[in-house]
Amino acid sequence: MKKIILGTIIIGFIIACSSSSSGGSGGTTDNYDRSALLVNLADNIIIPAFQDLETELSALTEAKNNFVATPNQANLEALRASWLTAYTAWQYVEMFNIGEAETVLYGFQMNIYPTNIDDISANINSGSYDLTHPNNNDAVGFPAVDYMIYGLADNDTDILTFYQSENYTSYLSDLIDQMKSLTSSVLTNWNSSYRNTFVSQTGNTATSSLNKFTNDFIYYFEKGLRANKFGIPAGVFSTDPLPETVEALYAKAFSKDLALEALSAVEAVFYGDAFSGSGSGESFESYLISLDRADLVTEITTKFEDAREKIEALDDSFYDQINTDNTKMTEAYDALQLLVVSFKVDMLQAFDISVDYLDADGD
Amino acid sequence: MSLSSYLNKKTNAAPLAVFRIAFGIMMCLSIVRFSCHGWIETLYLQPKFHFSYYGFSWVKPLGNYTYLLFIVCGLAALCVAFGLKYRLAIITFFLSFTYIELMDKTSYLNHYYFISLLSFLMIFLPASAYFSVDNLIRKKTFKNVPKWSIDSIKLLLGIVYFYAGLAKLNSDWLLRAQPLKIWLPSKYDLPIIGDTLMHQTWFHYTMSWSGMLYDLCIPFLLLYRKTRIYAFVLVVFFHVFTRVLFPIGMFPFIMIVSSLIFFEADFHQKIISFLKLILNKLSFSSKRVPHLKIYDYYTINFKKATLTIVGLFFILQLTIPFRYLLYPGELFWTEEGYRFSWRVMLMEKMGIATFKIVNAETGAFFYVDNSDFLTPFQEKQMSFQPDFILEYAHYLGDHFTSQGHKNVQVFVDSYVALNGRLSAPFIDKTVDLYAQKESFKSKFWILPFKDDIKGL
Repeated sequence: MKKIILGTIIIGFIIACSSSSSGGSGGTTDNYDRSALLVNLADNIIIPAFQDLETELSALTEAKNNFVATPNQANLEALRASWLTAYTAWQYVEMFNIGEAETVLYGFQMNIYPTNIDDISANINSGSYDLTHPNNNDAVGFPAVDYMIYGLADNDTDILTFYQSENYTSYLSDLIDQMKSLTSSVLTNWNSSYRNTFVSQTGNTATSSLNKFTNDFIYYFEKGLRANKFGIPAGVFSTDPLPETVEALYAKAFSKDLALEALSAVEAVFYGDAFSGSGSGESFESYLISLDRADLVTEITTKFEDAREKIEALDDSFYDQINTDNTKMTEAYDALQLLVVSFKVDMLQAFDISVDYLDADGD
Repeated sequence: MSLSSYLNKKTNAAPLAVFRIAFGIMMCLSIVRFSCHGWIETLYLQPKFHFSYYGFSWVKPLGNYTYLLFIVCGLAALCVAFGLKYRLAIITFFLSFTYIELMDKTSYLNHYYFISLLSFLMIFLPASAYFSVDNLIRKKTFKNVPKWSIDSIKLLLGIVYFYAGLAKLNSDWLLRAQPLKIWLPSKYDLPIIGDTLMHQTWFHYTMSWSGMLYDLCIPFLLLYRKTRIYAFVLVVFFHVFTRVLFPIGMFPFIMIVSSLIFFEADFHQKIISFLKLILNKLSFSSKRVPHLKIYDYYTINFKKATLTIVGLFFILQLTIPFRYLLYPGELFWTEEGYRFSWRVMLMEKMGIATFKIVNAETGAFFYVDNSDFLTPFQEKQMSFQPDFILEYAHYLGDHFTSQGHKNVQVFVDSYVALNGRLSAPFIDKTVDLYAQKESFKSKFWILPFKDDIKGL
């Protein structure tokens, strides 16, 4: 009897409540298609970005071959141009540290900076090295090539003299071949099998690709973009600024461009914009909207615009910017930090993602 | 019925004996499970720094002896189950378990607190009066125990449920269906209900309201004989369901088994007969059991003192959850008076806290990478709880001072998102936390909550 009364009360409350407060958005259609999100990421963003990088690295390899065969000023300039194009393409790939890229520590072999001149010199002089060894992570990849083509000496004539030595030509050659071969292997893995694995894991578990991708995305934004490109050189984590830790230190003039490309890459993932530049699909943005969090999307959009504005106000060379007016650099850092808050706190809360490190009971 | 005649009432000892056995076994299993998950290492041995409860900073993990502490705790639980040296066993259990919980408040859970309280209460209950190894040792057994001793367990359970229900009487829970509106849709990969129910708005509200009604009503439905069996079915359903949805470990099972205490004595007698049958099968034949002298009633030694302690215990239990009223500001935001109040699964709160170490004289500063000092779990818990933030700020201040930094000031730039609201600044970033002391006073450096949550 009491049970019936209780049941009636419960039902009564439910009816009373749902009629009063669920008005507006009908609650029956928000079954978000997470696999469409993963498909869009894989097919329209990730794989095309890797393909582009591979193409650019092939061009870089070719330019390198020409240069190694004939180390003259014209070939050096062609090599530098190819390097910059490939480095730009890399900015669209760095955050995808998942699948084979994660297994082989791809990112660690492609873009650890500041590069270690001593390690590079030691490798060149000894002539024998294992470029995949973790100890060589700071002697390989784009930053090492940056040093090899811009940093060996103060002027190009002196740089070119280094390439009279076979040790130098073969190290440069090995660096670029290694970057190309790593990239091809990661791309092949995406094309052959990983794409389907990636797309199928829509679950909310610590190891599903949806959750890992989300965590990787935020980790990249916080570490790869905010800290590495801005925070560390601006001295945010140290007592003094460390301008020699900027990306593309030796080429000098490109740190801003690379950072802006990286920001565009992050935006494209957030909004689900295809790498080809046309069309967009399911994304974190549309997922948030399906969860009734358009307010957060607006907030993030504003913060993206602010951050871009702050970065655009900087000198082409972050090295020069830090040395002349570091405040502008820290302002850009602060603007990016606000995005970290939105991603790490608000977006993760909205998705209620299971995270792998929280292995303990809840209440 | 006067109080004194109530206190003299007696009742069958079987429910208390069954409760003791079940409690001991559950606790022993919990300890084993805890260590199997490797949590002794990850929660107590790996962190460089531990968050202490105010006044208990002397309670720290004991290095490798921490394992010994867990072994002692598990064995004590087993002794409680057997009723072997019961009083010593339950005191040992209470002390070792509570010590474990005090080592680091990062892992605070309401149900660990519940177990500390329950084991404290059980120190004063004659739970080994019947069907215990102590009976065999002392060659005597008791048929009846004071009625209040069983009722006190019911009361404690009742408080846990009822207060948990009261805590749900707020606008976030009832009118916004938060935080279930965040949590349930993320369970989309559950079989069957995952993509049919979990994202439905009406379902979020149903769960919120029925959860609130369940908590408020269940103690009374369990007390009332006619509804008891249905109430128990509800208990089982509710706890199994929440276990499926949320990572809440052993707690649901502990609550299900505990609520058996509400059943009549003959039910518990059946359980004991069944246990006896098993013991016989295992060749503990009753012939080998020494002849026990049977007493009708277990009289409590130091009755007055015991009753005073138990009475005070309950007065505290009834008042402590309301201590938040002494603090200004929104409880969910400041968390001043939030713990130890049966506020279970009420909030989805996340934060980010970036600490800035400043030289007061030169103004030079740098930010701290929290992962240099905290485990990810500690960092997560720290980032939205002011007392954690303060304690960590002091730790950082001490650390960098000892590293030779001068005139150290510690500031924090922090943001917190509560129940699906946009994140907002949390701590006043102009206040040097290194100069602030922990106390029971309100923390003025918590920025005000910009929204309004109505209710208890």
